[in-house]
Amino acid sequence: MIAPYFAPFAARFQLTLQYRAAALAGFVTQCWWGALKIMVLAAFYGDSDAPLSLPQTISYIWLVQGLLALSYWSADPELIHGVRTGAIAHDRLRPVDTYWYWYARVAAWIMARAIPRLGLMVLMAGLALPACGYAEWSLRPPASDASMLFLVAISIGALNSAAMLALVGAGVVATGNERGVGAFFGALVLLLSGNEIPLRLFPDWAHTFLALQPFASILDAPLRIYVGDLSGAAALRAIALQVFWLVALVLLGRLATARSLAKLEVQGG
Amino acid sequence: MSALRLYGHYARISVRAQLAYPGSAALLMLGQVLNASAMFAGVWSRFDRFGDLRGYRLAEVALFYGFVNAVFSMADAISRGFDVFGPEYVKTGEFDRLLLRPRSTLLQLFGHEIRLSRFGRLVQSGFVIALVDLPWSPVGALVFLFAFAGGVALFCGILIMQATLSFWTIETLEVVNVISYGGVEAAQYPLNVYGTWLRRFLTFGVPIAAVSYYPLLTVLGREDPLGAPSWLGYVSPLAGFLFFGIAALLWRIGVRRYTSTGS
Repeated sequence: MIAPYFAPFAARFQLTLQYRAAALAGFVTQCWWGALKIMVLAAFYGDSDAPLSLPQTISYIWLVQGLLALSYWSADPELIHGVRTGAIAHDRLRPVDTYWYWYARVAAWIMARAIPRLGLMVLMAGLALPACGYAEWSLRPPASDASMLFLVAISIGALNSAAMLALVGAGVVATGNERGVGAFFGALVLLLSGNEIPLRLFPDWAHTFLALQPFASILDAPLRIYVGDLSGAAALRAIALQVFWLVALVLLGRLATARSLAKLEVQGG
Repeated sequence: MSALRLYGHYARISVRAQLAYPGSAALLMLGQVLNASAMFAGVWSRFDRFGDLRGYRLAEVALFYGFVNAVFSMADAISRGFDVFGPEYVKTGEFDRLLLRPRSTLLQLFGHEIRLSRFGRLVQSGFVIALVDLPWSPVGALVFLFAFAGGVALFCGILIMQATLSFWTIETLEVVNVISYGGVEAAQYPLNVYGTWLRRFLTFGVPIAAVSYYPLLTVLGREDPLGAPSWLGYVSPLAGFLFFGIAALLWRIGVRRYTSTGS
């Protein structure tokens, strides 16, 4: 059942891993970005209190930067290319379910970019910074007992991210190019996934909405578990919500893909 | 035909081409407004949560934020040709055609495209600046415009340098985005929130503070908490033009080195 989808997953995963220069460049960019965001937020904190302590926020920001591939703002470039050249016609000829085929591809693309960069980020922010005497700016280890829950949550988060991009991909197929969908999706994902600032730092009146909306189930919920803001029953509830959104996003994505393929116009020749 | 008229011609063609798809142009512009507004919502909630930023109020930071975003969207709107220079001109050999024309290559690349969508972000930045309750004086307004021009020159200079690197690497070096996009991100906040190393880099390395922070302090009528002399804001935007000049010189070196890759 799963085997025909595992092959494109493995192929795309290995292919994406080959882009080492891109990974290194991305890593440098994300270090700089993280440093900027942390300096600004540390200046804001001053002596005041917030739902997340400054060390928690610092860890959160380093992890967001390391896991940037999960809160990405554009559909799978291979799909975009396929739409532009007409190569998606080939995908329709394969004797597999088109949604899951695209899902496997985009999931591999996300994970193969996230894992090496996260590894480098842990080395830099988690080990090198404290070793150089910058412990107060470093990525702290996970809150006690949070490691296992975090691993579960971030894995579901990656699956959610793939489901979200598969849904965006259906929009790209339907509209014929990536620009229109991307223009709106980018703003949403950056603001609502915790990429711009940790969702907990938004005004308190917005918390319930922010915790329930689907983008929180990609990155924010796992990171809140990591820094210990969610623990015990609250962490389990957050994971349950992640699973709910995974199912919902997959169903929605399948529906949208089916609809856009029903009216598919193949471009190119 | 003078260079300016030629550029006007390029600009008209580009705008007309984009307006051929009015729906798409409007949506892209709206998307830029939304993106910029989402980022400003982030700034706003930081102030909502923490009150003030090292003695600066939201209204003052809004000026820093709006200014640098306006500068960058203007530069970004006119310098698309440099952004895509590696893949679209060097890799394809298309640059040969520009060299054959008896016009400056810089001018031709500035004429590559005027991106209307970026004006969405420009308008959004304008609104944010308009929120600032400023006692505009004629001198302040002049300093603001001078800094704006210097800032556009500086960011165009950065993009020209990025394109110049393509003569060696063929590809566009995304790492330069650290300086362009990263510089915008950094200049959205007053310089005194950063560590010494970053302040030095933003003043003397890539002088983004010289075109934003110092002149905007003059516009706001504030003293620099770090003790820079008060006349600095009147002259420092010159650094942006100087930077553009250096980028143009490096560009010439790159062009001399160029060997065609295409067929």
